[in-house]
Amino acid sequence: MIRYTLGRLTSLTVSLIVASLVIFAVIEVIPGDPAAFMLGVNARPDTIAALRAEMGLDQPLFQRYFAWVAGMLQGDFGTSWTYKTPVADLISARIWVSLPLAAYALILSTAIAFPAGIYAASRRGGAGDITIMGATQLGVAIPNFWFAMILVLIFAVNLRWFSAGGFPGWGNPALALKSLTLPAIALALPQAAILARVMRSSLLDMLGEDFIRTARAKGLTRRQALWRHAVRNALIPVLTILGLQFSFLLAGGIIIEQVFFLPGLGRLIFQSISARDLIVVESVVMLLVFLVIVVNFAVDLAYAAVDPRLRRR
Amino acid sequence: MRARNLIIGAALTAVFIALAVMSFFWTPYDIATLDIPGRLKTPGAAHLLGTDHFGRDILSMIMMGARTSIAVALVAVGIGMALGIPLGLLAAARHGSLLDEIIMRGNDLIFAFPSLVIAILITAVFGASAVNAIIAIGIFNVPVFARLTRSAALPLWERDFILAARVCGKSAARISVEHILPNIANLMIVQGTIQFSLGILAEAALSYIGLGAQPPTASWGRMLADAQTLVSIAPHVALIPGFAILLMVLGLNLLGDGLRDWLDPRLRVARV
Repeated sequence: MIRYTLGRLTSLTVSLIVASLVIFAVIEVIPGDPAAFMLGVNARPDTIAALRAEMGLDQPLFQRYFAWVAGMLQGDFGTSWTYKTPVADLISARIWVSLPLAAYALILSTAIAFPAGIYAASRRGGAGDITIMGATQLGVAIPNFWFAMILVLIFAVNLRWFSAGGFPGWGNPALALKSLTLPAIALALPQAAILARVMRSSLLDMLGEDFIRTARAKGLTRRQALWRHAVRNALIPVLTILGLQFSFLLAGGIIIEQVFFLPGLGRLIFQSISARDLIVVESVVMLLVFLVIVVNFAVDLAYAAVDPRLRRR
Repeated sequence: MRARNLIIGAALTAVFIALAVMSFFWTPYDIATLDIPGRLKTPGAAHLLGTDHFGRDILSMIMMGARTSIAVALVAVGIGMALGIPLGLLAAARHGSLLDEIIMRGNDLIFAFPSLVIAILITAVFGASAVNAIIAIGIFNVPVFARLTRSAALPLWERDFILAARVCGKSAARISVEHILPNIANLMIVQGTIQFSLGILAEAALSYIGLGAQPPTASWGRMLADAQTLVSIAPHVALIPGFAILLMVLGLNLLGDGLRDWLDPRLRVARV
């Protein structure tokens, strides 16, 4: 397990380094002069010179890269050119919208998908199975931002149960959760559809295994064999998908935040893109990629802890 | 049941492709002409699907939008296949080598960037356009095809007919093209259909947030973005483009499922 962990840790580090190099290259090298790019064609030369100095563009490339990485490791993400505040402050104000939203959606998606997948597998070929599988086909095909608009139309405009957007802050947790509910449902639906399909097929694979026949031969009912043996084993592939889904939920959140006017990382990125504030874009993108890579690393470890066979790979 | 998926999927896909092709020659109205007095009309005889906030005919917009969606998704799948399949073949032919390792780790790395984040990076520097949306979606398709090709090609390399080809003195490159590729083509077609549908969704999402096709190019995602504030006054303006995306994606997914079963019954269990 230690060797496996070290191996994964090495590949985690390499991934993070390469990712940071790619992001740095795209943002700071490809545009030629990032300062001129950020300020646009009508900028005065002295303004450009000031920004160049502030971004440290007069230093060699590798020095800038190391300064950027070293800064991030110490929690210094640079200073936003448009907001004139540290990017770290901008991020910490918004991450408490984006992360809870992704987590909320993950919980909803699991809560919908597990029962649906297990029910469909246990009633294979029956009316319930066909209905659930049909619903998942729709769930996979619906664009989540459109589904979000329909939710707003029904639950905010017509029924007035929820507000159509905005976020009141965590001062009142109940109200904050309520304002994240419609976004989380919109975000969770396509993921729940995928997860239910994985759950069902993984469970069907297990139900065909010899140990289920043995369990039945021992005198367990179908139901007991399903719950005590099949579901538990079927969870392993499901866990992997769950880890992958976190990255989809974080990225998908970027769009859903736009629909509901939530002040999260996604909106921060868009506002920075339209303001051409590359310093913010660079650091927020790196943060998102960092989160995704670390979560996948954690899933790999959890997976190996559950299933010793994987450690050998 | 299985053939039904194929037929419904193929029919839905054919309808949208037909609409897109037809838009090159004829649309019910010109979408460049604005008719402000006739705006937000509900579906009726003059405008089958109604009009939007500029009085443009929604059916015509849907037809033009189908063209954008299909073009972007198709080219993106093409990029994914053109780069991913050779990389996957190469990795499989040189299985266990440093090259294999580099290709596969590179794939993992691209997977670590959510596709939307790639798109954002690209548009942040190069600006928003349909071409950049294609590149962003296409890049994400590369590792999908590379991985699938490699995993499908690896077991083939153990087979006797490949051994026979090697004994005949064929190079790894020739074997990959002449023997491996034909055997995995079905799998690629099925995956291509699935990626096509994901590409439609991705294009819609990108143009919805303003990072895809720019006006005056019509696109379903843009139509939804424009309709968002009108959702309470004129729901049809927001509902119709969404249904277009839903039906097109549903059609492609059913087509992919149906094709998979039709082309190779052994694959039935492979995908969920």
